[in-house]
Amino acid sequence: MSITGPGGGAASDGVVDPIRVEHIGKRFGAVVALRDVTMTLHKGEVLGLIGDNGAGKSTLIKIITGFHQPDSGSIFIDGVEMRLHSVSHARSLGIETVYQDLALIPGLSVYHNMFLKRERLFDPLPLLRNGQMKREARQYLHEMGVEVPSVDAPAAQLSGGQRQAIAMARAVYSKAKVLLLDEPLAAMGAKEGALILDLIGKLKERGDVSIIIIAHNYAQVLEVADRINLLRHGTIFLDKRAAETSTQELTEVVVEEYRRSRRSV
Amino acid sequence: MAGEVPRVSGVEERGQARRALAQVRVVGSFLQLRWASILVVAIALATYFAFANSAFLTGSNILVIASFLAEVAIITAGEVMLMVCGEIDLSVGFVYALAPFVMYFAWNDAGLPLSIGVLLALVASAIIGLVNGLVTVVLRVPSFVTTMGMAFLLYGLTLTVSGAFPVQTPQQNTRFAEVMGHGQVAELLWAVAVIVVVQVGLSYTRWGLYTISTGGNILGASEAGVNVGRVKIANFMVAAVLAGFAGILAAFRITSIDPTAGGFDIMFRAVAAAVIGGTALAGGAGTVTGGFIGALVLAILLDGFTLEGIEAKTFNMILGIAILIAMILNVTLQRRRQQGTL
Repeated sequence: MSITGPGGGAASDGVVDPIRVEHIGKRFGAVVALRDVTMTLHKGEVLGLIGDNGAGKSTLIKIITGFHQPDSGSIFIDGVEMRLHSVSHARSLGIETVYQDLALIPGLSVYHNMFLKRERLFDPLPLLRNGQMKREARQYLHEMGVEVPSVDAPAAQLSGGQRQAIAMARAVYSKAKVLLLDEPLAAMGAKEGALILDLIGKLKERGDVSIIIIAHNYAQVLEVADRINLLRHGTIFLDKRAAETSTQELTEVVVEEYRRSRRSV
Repeated sequence: MAGEVPRVSGVEERGQARRALAQVRVVGSFLQLRWASILVVAIALATYFAFANSAFLTGSNILVIASFLAEVAIITAGEVMLMVCGEIDLSVGFVYALAPFVMYFAWNDAGLPLSIGVLLALVASAIIGLVNGLVTVVLRVPSFVTTMGMAFLLYGLTLTVSGAFPVQTPQQNTRFAEVMGHGQVAELLWAVAVIVVVQVGLSYTRWGLYTISTGGNILGASEAGVNVGRVKIANFMVAAVLAGFAGILAAFRITSIDPTAGGFDIMFRAVAAAVIGGTALAGGAGTVTGGFIGALVLAILLDGFTLEGIEAKTFNMILGIAILIAMILNVTLQRRRQQGTL
């Protein structure tokens, strides 16, 4: 199977790509959400997936997370063609999505959130090893540079940025190989956003995980992404290394899009 | 009581950060304070009644309080679990009435040993909880409606099978009866045991985490892999079993089984105790211990005002005011919490 990206992608010298989708099509009734999408996520890279509302970003992501099944095309996970039946199936393959609001349980402490569904127990007793979970959570968050007032604090008391950072840390801690961040910077102040961008930078440095950032605001994505894919009309319109493109070029594409839309009205 | 957040001058950014931190701290201490404040209220009430009426602090009266307290507290423990996972059971008072009849018929009509009767009564309660849970989770009927229907159904059923007449509780002067609620402090000991077990379950087991998760963020919980339906159904069963158990204890305490016992009255008392004790009606937060203290407050109020010679009608007004105050605190706290995260 093909390993190189569809032009402009980073060379992947023999390393298997964690995700590659080829010629994906998806329609909902009369609405064509995805026409023909071919996209590759290389190992250890941060891919910025941008596009206007309705360009098909969320459909594409939902296909990669197993929520939707494509009408046509194929999905390769670690180079092997796969049919993703469900979200939990995708998760079992190491694909985790982090949503901003969905992620944490407000009433649970930071460390219980970190360990939800993978609690440490005093086997054979069914009791939680809170002390150990606390220590592990504290240490891991410290390593990741995620600062919280206390791992005992309920998630409800944290800022949106902190919550998101913890959700990301949790996903990586649970050995996710691919992280899908859905609008990680939406509704976030500059300071909060910087927190997330720093964390993404840190994850990239460590190289255990490959990341797709779905975003509206491409200026922020250019900060941290290695590569940008711009989705338009259900297909990848542009695929470039972040260093080779600019906000100007991306703006140009979108503005031109608006012009055309106005003309056609 | 939360106080004003101190205004911090200086660089705007730093000021904001510090204000946010201060607010987090204020909310945090307010949370703890609220939990403690219920206990303070209970102690203050006890002190007041102790001075107002010399009969209040006597041994026999404390036993009366304990009996008011114990049954409600046991039902409250189950109701707290259910409310924390985002549901409610309005039928617990009728499970409370039906369960001792199941025990009675198993013993009287089927000729089984009384202990087997108790067991069958608890199984029957669990089945009622299971039905409540299945209708709510699988058929997606709101639990408020499911359990209201179940309440009337059980009420009619209990009246029918009993012929609307009370019966004598069997084996009144046996050791078994003593243990099962006839002994002076038996009920209170059972209540404390139940509260400890359920609170440990809520705070120190996976079960508790999943219950809080289900009520706090059901989408997030199921995304994380929590089987939220199963969590809810099992908590419905816990609530029903505890209600049935409380009903059995009452049957041995009172030595008769009354088809009109419990009902909406004891259910509302349990829900009120849970709410006064800090359980969020919307789910996601609450403690069994808080519910126990809530039940204690209600028991002290009920007993104290009875000693004072205040009639039931007035007591209902006081109960109403207590619930309103608790709910206002609850809502205010929630708003503050949201402010803290902004």
